[in-house]
Amino acid sequence: MSNQKDIAKKIRREALKKNWRLFRRSKLGMIGLYIVIFFLFLSILQPILFITGVWNKGTYDPVVGYSEQFQEFLVVECPKEYPTEKYKDRSDCPGRTEVNIRTLFYSDAQVGETIIQNLQPAPPSRKHILGTDSLGRDVFSQIMEGSQVAFVLGLLSATLGVGISTILGTIAAFFGGKIDAYLMRQSDLILMLPTLPLLFIISAFAELQVWHLAVVLGTIGGLGGSVITIKSQALQVKVKPFVDSARITGGSRMNILFSHVLPNVAPLALLFMVFSVTGAIASESVLSFLGLLNIDMSWGLMIYLAQVEGFIFSGMKFWWLILPAGLSVTFLTGGFYLVGRGLDEVFNPRLRDR
Amino acid sequence: MKNTLIEVKNLEKYFEVSAGLFSRNKTIVKAVDGISFDIPFGSSLGLVGQSGCGKTTTARALSLLDPKTGGDIKFYNTEINDMQSIDDLEGDELKKFRRNIQMIFQDPYESLNPRWNIKDIILEPLNIHNIGDLKDREEAVYEILKTVGLTPPENYMPRYPHELSGGQRQRVSIARTLIMKPKFVVCDEPTSMLDVSIRISIMDLMLNLAKDLEVSYLYITHDLAVARYMCDRIAVMFNGKIVEIAETEELLNNPIHPYTKRLISSIPIPDPSYNRETYEVNFQELDSLIADNPNSDEMIEVSPNHFVGTHDVKGIL
Amino acid sequence: MNILEVKDLDMSYKTIDGEVEAVKKVSFSVKEGESFGIVGESGCGKTSVAMSLLQLQADNGKITNGEIIFDGKNIVGLSESELREVRWSGISIVFQGAMNSWNPVVKIGEQIREAMREHYPDKTKDENTKRIIELFDIVGLDASIIDRFPHELSGGMKQRAVIALALSCDPKLIIADEPTTALDVVIQDQILKEIRKVQDVLGLSLIYISHDIAVIAEMTDNMAVMYAGSIVEMGKTSKVFSNPKHAYTRMLLESTPSIVGPKKKLRSLDGEPPSLINTDSYCLFSYRCPSPDDNCKNRNIEMELTKIDTDHYADKCCVNCG
Repeated sequence: MSNQKDIAKKIRREALKKNWRLFRRSKLGMIGLYIVIFFLFLSILQPILFITGVWNKGTYDPVVGYSEQFQEFLVVECPKEYPTEKYKDRSDCPGRTEVNIRTLFYSDAQVGETIIQNLQPAPPSRKHILGTDSLGRDVFSQIMEGSQVAFVLGLLSATLGVGISTILGTIAAFFGGKIDAYLMRQSDLILMLPTLPLLFIISAFAELQVWHLAVVLGTIGGLGGSVITIKSQALQVKVKPFVDSARITGGSRMNILFSHVLPNVAPLALLFMVFSVTGAIASESVLSFLGLLNIDMSWGLMIYLAQVEGFIFSGMKFWWLILPAGLSVTFLTGGFYLVGRGLDEVFNPRLRDR
Repeated sequence: MKNTLIEVKNLEKYFEVSAGLFSRNKTIVKAVDGISFDIPFGSSLGLVGQSGCGKTTTARALSLLDPKTGGDIKFYNTEINDMQSIDDLEGDELKKFRRNIQMIFQDPYESLNPRWNIKDIILEPLNIHNIGDLKDREEAVYEILKTVGLTPPENYMPRYPHELSGGQRQRVSIARTLIMKPKFVVCDEPTSMLDVSIRISIMDLMLNLAKDLEVSYLYITHDLAVARYMCDRIAVMFNGKIVEIAETEELLNNPIHPYTKRLISSIPIPDPSYNRETYEVNFQELDSLIADNPNSDEMIEVSPNHFVGTHDVKGIL
Repeated sequence: MNILEVKDLDMSYKTIDGEVEAVKKVSFSVKEGESFGIVGESGCGKTSVAMSLLQLQADNGKITNGEIIFDGKNIVGLSESELREVRWSGISIVFQGAMNSWNPVVKIGEQIREAMREHYPDKTKDENTKRIIELFDIVGLDASIIDRFPHELSGGMKQRAVIALALSCDPKLIIADEPTTALDVVIQDQILKEIRKVQDVLGLSLIYISHDIAVIAEMTDNMAVMYAGSIVEMGKTSKVFSNPKHAYTRMLLESTPSIVGPKKKLRSLDGEPPSLINTDSYCLFSYRCPSPDDNCKNRNIEMELTKIDTDHYADKCCVNCG
């Protein structure tokens, strides 16, 4: 019989290989997979850098780290045209070159005095490859932290949502009648609720943390439209002859539900899961950007901070405060979407050309 | 005369269909409208008719998939050595009784769960009824795979349905059906989706198994030539009723009912030199038969074991 | 006079598992007014042949070699617009399950008129309607069907209307690809009769494709038996039936149950149709053959038809097997 197990193993491996081959044929899916793997790599890389001591926590911690970056200036007198103001350097005087607004803070400085000026946010350098934010924290480290948050939030809410909708959808399909009617009306109701405004209201009443948000998003997603789709899939499976066959043999409803119907809606559920990761990450970004989340660090929060401190309005001058976070949100949501498209081609034979 | 295994009396299956989206009126569709027949042990009955005539509905009622709406189905219960109506069975008794009935479906691509391997598919009935220990069960699967010609069994057990051809899948279906050693198997066009070269081997397999295991088939088909090959007797169904039932050769050589005649004359003959002529339906032919048997309201026995229905089916054809 | 001549046609599909050689070196010809049958199991390439005749094969399919001479002109490699001329008005096709391809929200008559407008732009609506009524009469449909929607018709009526549609642009050759497979025997019988009648009345040539050897026996004058992408036996239908030479043909004949004649034991052929991917030039029938010799399996064999009799050819390798 061990022979038989070997064959079983081989067959499973071959099936996997074939699915992988099908997935690989979808170029978009592969691009998506590379993107997702890249961000996964980023989120794993950060703790490794800390543990191995390549980065020390004091400097590189995404939330409380601080990088000392300052410059010493000698306060000098300006030409006669601007007698009241003192500038750190002659070259900064109006008429010669642009005035740095920030030097105005030192208007009470004496000529000849040395001023230490904070250079945050600092542009990318060898020490901080994506620069630092206004508090001197490393942006690259923040991106990595944000990546972890995105994965945790996305996968948690997607798993929860798909779990709920798969269970409810198959129950609705299988038992029909009043249970079905109730679940469908409930799903209609949830579909009608606008998710984001609802989240605004919730955040007004409660401090929303990442996992709170995951639960809320997962529940809303799970009770909403996907129940209807999973149900219709389960209805198709329910009338298949192999289900009839199990019924004739005397299989109980639960038996049929768990061993026949659920495994056959699972691929669709997985697909849903991948697509709903996208939605969860995007929702988090929006909420953080509006400052409605109680969260230490995320991509949305990074853009939010850049915005409240006014850096977002100064064109691309402080690009490292906005672009890395913005692109990360765009790419990771896009990446998950593309993976979903690729999986769709594996699971959905109609999209596959023979 | 062999013992009767199944006796069907005035079986009815009516469906309520609402007339329209906003209508409260319901019309009743008589999918099976009072049919009666019996099947002796080890003998097989062909149920022939065009699609929509009610043959699949009959099959589903007989395999206890869908509840009937009228009439009676009696099985020979070996435990009490007597006929027993299925209406008298409940709960565990019914579940236990289900071992005796199995069904083979038409579509070999839909009748096996695509996510299960062959071993699990064939094991399922044993698991449901909790028969034997794990080792016994695996051995039974091994043996039955050999019986249906899927050898060597260890090569097939771990495979998944999509890796097998249509003929092999139908063999798996048969194996799954027979592992419970049923006495009665309903076959719903099991070969109509298979290629000719494979079809015969499946039919031969079923015939041999019927002989060895003393299984009775209710064999549903639209193809009289297949029914002739498979069945001892043939019932012709039309519009929810049986219009004629007789021994196979008797029915083919001496059809009485106009619909039967039409059906037989419609079948192409694999011989270019044969000159087939389609019989034009003429219901007047039945009039004299009805006149001779004024008191008989259902089936008339025209010769021993050859019954003709005189229901009003005119105008439908 | 041959209306259609197919010479050495090769056609293959690119798939994820490799290149499937669906049609291999197929040659046959159809005379004017003749009906030609192609019989074989599913996957033997018979539908691929039909599709290549109209060059309607799926996107991943490609004619790699050969000529299709229709009405004296090679139509392989014609441009899409030239092919449109040939389709419908030269060769038209009735698919398996074509009755389900009606647009459900457009009246039957309108759908046929639409096809006719494409090919006869200068005919008036009334002229077209008159022609449709004539065609409906030939296929046994009432003229009132013109104003019906597809869902109001039964399967048999829809299939008759499909035949009328196929005839609407006066083709010279009709390809019927399993036109009755999804229908009941009684309706199949009626449709077969209509097709025969149409052929008689309009003097058309017909290619009838089926897996059912009994239908081929009744419908065709000449026939070809296809196996694994190649024609293995070809000739007058009566000769093929009375004196089958190829082991596969014999098997087909002996495995078809009939309701006439004595009840006989039918013969089955074990094994499955071969994969058509990367076939070398050994005899593809060899491992299902009842009596293969080492030559069949190992020898490099060009599948080639050899003459048995006038109008009767069979594959060289298997003439005396089984």
